[in-house]
Amino acid sequence: MTPVASGPEKKDALQEFKNSLKAAPRHVLETAFRTGPPTTDRTRSTFVFGNVFLHLHAVRTHLWSLRWSATMGLGIMSVSAFLIALVTGVMLMFYYKPFPDAAYLSMKDIHFVVPTGRLIRNLHRWSANVMVIAVILHMARTFYTAAYRRPREYNWLIGIGLLVVTLGLSFTGYLLPWDQLAYWAITIGANIAQSPREVTDALNLTEHFDPGGLQRLLLLGSDQVGEEALIRFYLLHVMILPLAIAALMAVHFWRIRKDGGLVRPADADEQLARQRRDETYPVFTEAPVKTYHLAAIVRGRTANVGRGPENTVPSMPHLFYAELGVLMVTLLVCLALSLLSDAPLKELANPNVPENPAKAPWYFLGLQEMVSFSAFIGGIGVPVIVLLGLALIPYLDRETEGTGKWFGGPGGWPLVRLSLAFGLAAPILLEAFAIRFGWLREWFPHIPQLIVTAINPATILTAVYALYSLWSIRRYQSVRAGALALFTCFLCGFVVLTVIGTYFRGPNWEFYWSPADWPKH
Amino acid sequence: MTTTPKTPRSRLDPDPVPRRDWLGLASLWTTGAALLFGLAGMLKLPKAAVLASPSKKFRVALPETLPAGEPFLPPGRAVAIFKDAEGAYAISTICTHLGCVVKPHAEGFECPCHGSRFAASGEVAKGPAPRPLPWLKVSLSGGVVTVDEGTEVPHGTKVAS
Repeated sequence: MTPVASGPEKKDALQEFKNSLKAAPRHVLETAFRTGPPTTDRTRSTFVFGNVFLHLHAVRTHLWSLRWSATMGLGIMSVSAFLIALVTGVMLMFYYKPFPDAAYLSMKDIHFVVPTGRLIRNLHRWSANVMVIAVILHMARTFYTAAYRRPREYNWLIGIGLLVVTLGLSFTGYLLPWDQLAYWAITIGANIAQSPREVTDALNLTEHFDPGGLQRLLLLGSDQVGEEALIRFYLLHVMILPLAIAALMAVHFWRIRKDGGLVRPADADEQLARQRRDETYPVFTEAPVKTYHLAAIVRGRTANVGRGPENTVPSMPHLFYAELGVLMVTLLVCLALSLLSDAPLKELANPNVPENPAKAPWYFLGLQEMVSFSAFIGGIGVPVIVLLGLALIPYLDRETEGTGKWFGGPGGWPLVRLSLAFGLAAPILLEAFAIRFGWLREWFPHIPQLIVTAINPATILTAVYALYSLWSIRRYQSVRAGALALFTCFLCGFVVLTVIGTYFRGPNWEFYWSPADWPKH
Repeated sequence: MTTTPKTPRSRLDPDPVPRRDWLGLASLWTTGAALLFGLAGMLKLPKAAVLASPSKKFRVALPETLPAGEPFLPPGRAVAIFKDAEGAYAISTICTHLGCVVKPHAEGFECPCHGSRFAASGEVAKGPAPRPLPWLKVSLSGGVVTVDEGTEVPHGTKVAS
């Protein structure tokens, strides 16, 4: 054993331990963020791709994508609302008991007894509503800027999947309070799942082939809405659908990056170059102040002075701070709505006495309006046609004109304006006719059900919209024009039917000008 | 171990599948088959062999005086029981449209959910209901009626005691 060599380079181990202990917090931070604070363009890049959550984004973002009018922040708003619903949903699970009657009592506890319970529940409910609105508007933005075109076709499909799962999450959450509203909305929903029987019954097939009955059975786990149904909806709401939406969201975001960022018009760079950006913010902190090329003999600055390559800026901070801003706005909106308006909780579910009127959540009232003509067409037929039509849009519109521009493509805004007028007028006139004069069964009491299923305001509206869209294709010699017409009509139809279902239908689903006219019982 | 003499192969003959390729393909196909088989088994799970629901049959005493055409609504059951000179009969009060409970009134039944109207015999008079209200099997002994909600009978079947 050699004696310990004493020298100036050898330190006291205890001292070293103390120094390391002191430096530990700094070292933890350094090992977590290996490349240091994002102060230069280089470390801003490494900050993004060295982080598992941030690296879904590219390290640099095109200036066009940061313009308010490019996205209106609707996609981030959808995610923000989802995150709020996720956090508040987990909080609610502390107290919620998924069993009939106990579920209702636990909702009452959450509402009246649990500290902050009412606010958490209101936030959950409002963020779900905000998410539905944001997702629909986000889809409209994507459509009207023709962002679904190559190479983003598949991401449009993923987006449709996200829309369906979003509505599924809302619908499954609706049963959980086990109050009158919930019970009868789910009874109606489950029977819509069973509505293919309307056709199989009419064809005398139900005994051998009963997809409707199977769907209802799988949804309810029983032949009535009871404890089995509640646990299934709970499982869907807190486990299956959130997992599905998380997986779809991951693909959706990753695809944005892989598809070359957000859509922008072909002349985006020229448009940006025309604007003076010196007064805005430094877009490229280490941008060349001087560049040389063949035109150096020309006076003035070349195009690349003062801006980064391809008009991009570092995602950190420009994009991330904007996203945080949208998250804050979403949170503010949800919080304000939660403080202003409580989530409803009616009486305990009573399987013998339906609510009158029994209304689904507002975004399904358009469907309910169609269902009041034919369960199968309104609840399954038209929604399936709409979803298929939406999914097919990027594969039918193979044009390139107007990509990245609002209402871009042949027809443009004048066509959308005309379609708005047509799309609003058609369902209002049809509904007015059906409300004033009734429908087939009132005129011919013994008419076969199949005819009522095939010919009712919902199918006529679908056909009228489709014909109008075909006419637009011919008029402008462009599939995009047809898509603009059809999508605008679809939005209008959704709005008109939802408004009628929400405000103008009273007890027994009769038409009333206002709820003040409803008969008193 | 004997080896077969190598026969010269034509260059047009396909290559024999190498062992690694075979193992790779075998793992791919068995994984696929196992996933499919497992999925089929899992899909059977949510469909219970026995449904957890209360008995469809119930007995109830009719009131002493029940005017013809006046419904008797046994509590907790979605059934309307009638009695007239020809006998007793029961009509299901579950709307054939989307399963709401219909309310009997003077001329028949009306559904609060989507406005279906039914005649007193259960026939559809108005609205989206695709089928008439089903008549249910009843048997009568003294003043007690037994209704089987699971068995439909033709319209107009009335049972005298």
